[in-house]
Amino acid sequence: MDASTFKSNQYVRFCPGCGDHAILAALTKAMAQIGVPTCETVVISGIGCSSRMPHYLNTYGFNTIHGRGGAIATGVKTSHPELTVWQMSGDGDCLAIGGNHFIHEIRRNVDLNICLFNNRIYGLTKGQYSPTSPKGFVSKSSPFGTVERPFIPAELVLGARGTFFARTLDVDMPTAVDCMIQAHQHKGASVIECLVNCVIFNNGTHNWIADRETRADHSIVLHHGEKMIFGKDQDKGLKLSVSTDGETHGRGLIPHLVVTTADDPDVLVHDAHESDPTLHHMLAMMGQEDQSLPIALGVIRDVEEETYDAAVNRQINEVRASSKAKNFDELTATLEQW
Amino acid sequence: MKNVVIRFCGDSGDGMQLTGNMFSSLSAILGDEISTLPDFPAEIRAPQGTLGGVSGFQVNLGQGVYTPGDKADVIVAMNAAALKVCVTNQLFHDHAIIVVDTDTFTKADLEKAQYTTDNPFTELAIKETVQVVPVALTSLTKESLKDSGLDNKSILKSRNMFALGVVCWLFDRPIDKAIHFLEEKFHKKPDLIPNNVKVLTDGFNYGQNLALSVNQIHVDPRDPRISSPASMAGSASEKHTLIAGNKATAWGLIAAAQRCGKRLFLGSYPITPATDIMHELAGRKDMNVMVVQAEDEIAGVCTAIGASFAGDLACTSTSGPGLSLKSEAIGLAVMAELPLVVIDVQRGGPSTGLPTKTEQTDLLQAVYGRNGECPVVVIAASNSANCFEYAYQACKIALENMTPVILMTDTYLANGSSVWAIPQLNDLPAIEPQSVPQSLKGQYNPALRDEHGVRYCAVPGMEGFEYRNIGLERDAQLGTISTKPENHERMVRARQAKIDRIAEQIPLLEVQGNIASDTLLVGWGSTEGHLRAAAQELNCAQVQLNYIHPMPKNTAEVMHQYKKVIVCELNTGQLATLLRARVQDVTFLQYNEIMGQPFAVERIVSAVNSKL
Repeated sequence: MDASTFKSNQYVRFCPGCGDHAILAALTKAMAQIGVPTCETVVISGIGCSSRMPHYLNTYGFNTIHGRGGAIATGVKTSHPELTVWQMSGDGDCLAIGGNHFIHEIRRNVDLNICLFNNRIYGLTKGQYSPTSPKGFVSKSSPFGTVERPFIPAELVLGARGTFFARTLDVDMPTAVDCMIQAHQHKGASVIECLVNCVIFNNGTHNWIADRETRADHSIVLHHGEKMIFGKDQDKGLKLSVSTDGETHGRGLIPHLVVTTADDPDVLVHDAHESDPTLHHMLAMMGQEDQSLPIALGVIRDVEEETYDAAVNRQINEVRASSKAKNFDELTATLEQW
Repeated sequence: MKNVVIRFCGDSGDGMQLTGNMFSSLSAILGDEISTLPDFPAEIRAPQGTLGGVSGFQVNLGQGVYTPGDKADVIVAMNAAALKVCVTNQLFHDHAIIVVDTDTFTKADLEKAQYTTDNPFTELAIKETVQVVPVALTSLTKESLKDSGLDNKSILKSRNMFALGVVCWLFDRPIDKAIHFLEEKFHKKPDLIPNNVKVLTDGFNYGQNLALSVNQIHVDPRDPRISSPASMAGSASEKHTLIAGNKATAWGLIAAAQRCGKRLFLGSYPITPATDIMHELAGRKDMNVMVVQAEDEIAGVCTAIGASFAGDLACTSTSGPGLSLKSEAIGLAVMAELPLVVIDVQRGGPSTGLPTKTEQTDLLQAVYGRNGECPVVVIAASNSANCFEYAYQACKIALENMTPVILMTDTYLANGSSVWAIPQLNDLPAIEPQSVPQSLKGQYNPALRDEHGVRYCAVPGMEGFEYRNIGLERDAQLGTISTKPENHERMVRARQAKIDRIAEQIPLLEVQGNIASDTLLVGWGSTEGHLRAAAQELNCAQVQLNYIHPMPKNTAEVMHQYKKVIVCELNTGQLATLLRARVQDVTFLQYNEIMGQPFAVERIVSAVNSKL
């Protein structure tokens, strides 16, 4: 079993240079390492460029309707928890038309691996702004710039009480593969925000970190149990600060993350398994609105809670074990009848 | 008397639905045929004592019962507001008996019910032929429970049991059976039993005191040689029970799942009047039913589609507004050719409309309401008990033909009850879900069809059958995405042909009544009882459609046999529209009501006699 085991015979129709090619490559590699057979792997998608993914994978797949992949994947996994279920979605599919299903699959903690391809644009409909496009973004549907505030996917995930959140980048294959494997290992709704470039309609949207020259200084790849160190020369670290008002640009005693030197004894050690999401939230928000901090990649949050699919099936089994009526005829026998 | 119609009415907190259901069950056990009509306001608890808060429960019992009855022979009114509603809406016959709680005629109560004088009887100008029986229900109940230790509020809540006791006497129901039934009803709350039994018994004994002024009503016992028309399914089963439509629907799904060895999955979202189906199934984990209460109507159907893709018998239950929301996803199931059962318990529309009232206005939405050429099977139950049979058939058709099936019921069937002949699972028709021959291992794709045009079905977990399903058009040979012009037309026609062929699997129309008459009443779904009763009075023929898309093969032939064909519906003519498109050279006349209520037999009869 290797990556080619998971590739279908379909010609891949992503645009040349599209970040989705990289995610496809990472996914087949991850699936091979995970080792679940193709017949027990299901890939569900909605509509959009990213949602073409099932066609290129030699697993069971279902390319459904716009925004509903989350609900359909919930049905597959809940009814058949023995299957490994992936959901492929984009920033429009998942956060606009499918936003309700997205927050509820996370809230319920359905054991799904959700790849959220974020290119901050509607590509398949040829270039409208999306819920993650930055304010002021000029697109075909916002010729004078958007006046909307964008979603930051991590905030939604944590706000919906998410148990797993990771962030990857199309040009960082090892991190993507690693996050996908960890997402599979995590029991519950695992969201991987895949930052991808749309070469046609939003080229360079993630250049701040995608650029080879600056990536190491503008991003940090988090690993559970390891110190938060980054930079081209691995000379920078992250620590918590609750320093006084003058030093924190008016943020007072609110704890916040700051960049320090790698040898600072206060450099934090990443604990993805901490159930309190406060620090995870701070890590996920780094570099989103304030570029003084690096953008966090890797698995930011990974905590255990009972999954919806397991709980539903457990409850059914408990009731069945203790119930008197075992089948339809025994059920009708309990009716008042004459 | 052959049959009697009784209506219980009171505040929505007075327990009228419970009282009505108990009396109906009691009568059914004693051998009466039953048809019930719960009629309640949309508010859970409207202001007490007001006209808007009146909740009713009507039951017709006896022999030859097809409907809950147009008007009541006996009214039990728990307060002045209920009395007023019954009079102003003409809910009873001229020779009716009205039992009313006169303790509720205080100044405040009368004001709340918008009386302008202090004598409701004269103010309402109740005809002299009506026998009014004033009963001090409230004080009698208080007296009955004075040593119970219950607080005043709990005592007042027991008034309905006193009323039930009086009614049991009035109809000469043996009190011991009623007590036994009460004990069964409250077996999970045994501490409630003694007080309820006491009030019920005191009510019954009080009835005997009334004997000087009121005559008891004797309903003719059933002739055991005549089979019950209330169970039109005509099963040979010996055992019967009273069942509400929504419960019958839920149990039909359970039976179908067990008959074919699949797990039943329901994805649903609460909506009146369909929610009881979800309640029932959520409580049937003992039957291995999986229920997902989804985040919205769309997720309800989509979780079901996911479960269907993974191999379960998948269903979603809703009402009209929910059916609108589910349209796109039903189209997906059509395109992906997956089995799916959609239950539409119709209510008054459009938009939020009349959520607690009945109507047949979703028919064209069910048949046509999707983008593209998007055929599904549409079937309809026609009494509360046969919701079981049609839910079962919906599952059978869906699984065997890889198609969505929309099952239409409505508020009237869903909340009403009728007598159900309890079947044995093995006596139900076999269900053979579509599968895929092992010989296709390694070569399978979702475009491959059997000799009936039904695509082969592989499900995740099957090694060597991995495939990709889509809502996009697929190539008729390869099963992959295709935008080729000829292929699209070929696939559109293949999907339609698959549905059309289902006409071979469904029963032919059977005309009832005086088949030699030149007049035919045509209906569909829940109006069957009313139309059959009307046809009897009119001495004409009557036919009811349970299968609407596709239609039974002899539909045109039947329509051509009659000079005058009158399509009667609780909408502005939706079946008539379909029939005009499908049956040539017949003039379809129409009789329509859109009042949120079932038909009244006498209105149909007079309309047919005078106008049509």
